[in-house]
Amino acid sequence: MTPFRSLSRAMLLGFVRDKSSLFFTILFPLMFLVLFGAIFTNQGVSKSKIIQIGQVAILDQAPGVGEILEITKQNDLAAAQEEVRKGDYEAVVRQQGDRYELYYSAADQVRSATVRGVFGQLVGQANAAGVPQRFTLAAEQVEDESLKIIQYVTPGLLSWAISMGATFGAAMTLVTWRQKKILRRLRLAPVNTTTVVSARVGASVAIALVQTAIFLGVASLPLFGLQLSDYWWMCIPLVIAGTLVFMAIGMLVGGLAKTSEAAAGMANLIVLPMAFLSGTFFPLDTAPQWLQTLSNIFPMKHLNQGMQDVMVRGQGPASILPELGIILGFGVVIAVIAVSLFRWDDV
Amino acid sequence: MGQTIIVQDLQKRYGDVHAVDGVSFSVEQGEFFGILGPNGAGKTTTLEIIEGLREADSGTVEVLGMSPWPRNSRLLPKIGVQLQASSFFERLTAREQIRTFASLYGIPAKKADDMLSVVGMEDKAGTRSEQLSGGQAQRLSIACALVHEPEVLFLDEPSASLDPQARRNLWDLLRAINDAGRTVVLTTHHLDEAESLCDRVAIMDHGKILELGPPAALVRGLDSATHISLAAGTLTVPAAQELAGPDASVVDDGVSLTFATHAPAPLLTALAERNLLTGISVRGATLEDVFLQLTGREYRA
Repeated sequence: MTPFRSLSRAMLLGFVRDKSSLFFTILFPLMFLVLFGAIFTNQGVSKSKIIQIGQVAILDQAPGVGEILEITKQNDLAAAQEEVRKGDYEAVVRQQGDRYELYYSAADQVRSATVRGVFGQLVGQANAAGVPQRFTLAAEQVEDESLKIIQYVTPGLLSWAISMGATFGAAMTLVTWRQKKILRRLRLAPVNTTTVVSARVGASVAIALVQTAIFLGVASLPLFGLQLSDYWWMCIPLVIAGTLVFMAIGMLVGGLAKTSEAAAGMANLIVLPMAFLSGTFFPLDTAPQWLQTLSNIFPMKHLNQGMQDVMVRGQGPASILPELGIILGFGVVIAVIAVSLFRWDDV
Repeated sequence: MGQTIIVQDLQKRYGDVHAVDGVSFSVEQGEFFGILGPNGAGKTTTLEIIEGLREADSGTVEVLGMSPWPRNSRLLPKIGVQLQASSFFERLTAREQIRTFASLYGIPAKKADDMLSVVGMEDKAGTRSEQLSGGQAQRLSIACALVHEPEVLFLDEPSASLDPQARRNLWDLLRAINDAGRTVVLTTHHLDEAESLCDRVAIMDHGKILELGPPAALVRGLDSATHISLAAGTLTVPAAQELAGPDASVVDDGVSLTFATHAPAPLLTALAERNLLTGISVRGATLEDVFLQLTGREYRA
């Protein structure tokens, strides 16, 4: 066997035989997939529950109001107000001649604002009823009907899983090999540093591809219902590039940390906040503009972007090229820093 | 016989600490050479400079006619290094470990397996390195250092943390390796180990070599007293002192009656004439006495 093959083999065997690293690289991200799948199966805001006292013309005459509001009819205003105060209903409404009275609770500001907004519109529509209609609104979802939350979550979780696997793999190998003097042993053998590094890269890329296969396999189960677009296989170069850049980050961590505990902490400190800030778990669309701009300095943001484009948004193979370039650029810069921090020995 | 290792006026400083301070020695081909010294004496640093793991501040090192620094890939296949810690890949079996190391030198797996039986580990080949006992791990690590059949073998405290059986067992193995014609250099702070294995030893402290020579010659050069012990009460102290003569000292601590003398022969004859040799023990000076005289007795962590 060549040194490259035997070293990669040694690293892969060491990985496969370590139950906890297997769990954290393969099962842990899958757990998140299951959780996200379960939490977001029921998308959309639930209807606002309101109490109607007596006749309320705008509710009784407005078509389609039942899609937004769940209306219960009661007669006693005081009792109904008490129920709103307890949080069982969002609001009470009654009509006194031309005047509509809406009683709501300030406890849940978002919901009460929604209800007030709805009634503002209803009243506005009723006032404009005499004017000829000039505009109509037709609302329609842009994605095809089958699009579910799993489509958004899978590319993000996959890039997170790969980042974790690559960072921890590189950092842990470097620190434990230095602590156990294996690095020193390798330095005393007639083997190139390049061979040692490429063996680690080979092992990490192999692990990342297995992660990808398992992840996509599970997400495509009918239970989760992931539907990949035509050029999904273009995620493979992204997976490899992502592995490289996060291995470089792992090398950096491994160069700084003295113990494996410190390395694990530092790796988490880098990867986890980056995952949130890169829109891995939740889209950043609602985040402030400065945060969205900031997110561009994270390689994971570009990894997510590329993955989503080719896996679920149905974009062509060429669409990932800019993202791929940015990710590899990051990799080169971080690798240069990592090499300068590299130490064979503790002292 | 040629000189395998030539070290001349080696210097190495770490900040204020003069770890190696003008060390010179040479090791003959096929010799078993020991570097002794208390913790922090500079023996490991000296060894690491010779192996090519560290650069000396000044001085020259030549191993098999080549310089070990900077990393010399022509020299590396000719030296074998067994490191202080058991440096194994995580979660690999003994056989997988040695085969991996063998592949780094382009040695086929078959030969690696043979080396495993040379060190008596063939029945542990399928055991993960983490589950090996201290002695077994040490044997495996020596096998890994020997797998490419190096001309020179470096051992850093090979018997640290081994039980007495495992230690004796390891010594036999090291003797066999040396008998096969390899030059062996070891550091140790076990004096009995050095005395039993080494052709020559260098005693180091504070980065300097204090004495260098065959262990027996160093012991003889010490000119220390011979200790003769009998069961307590065999003789009264005054009677014993009279027998031993004025130059000897006599102590009875309630367990043993001990003479310390520079002229053991007449005393032993006298004791034999009185038929008092039952349970006698005679102890000459050991390398330990040489060591303690050179490096002092105060404790250093």
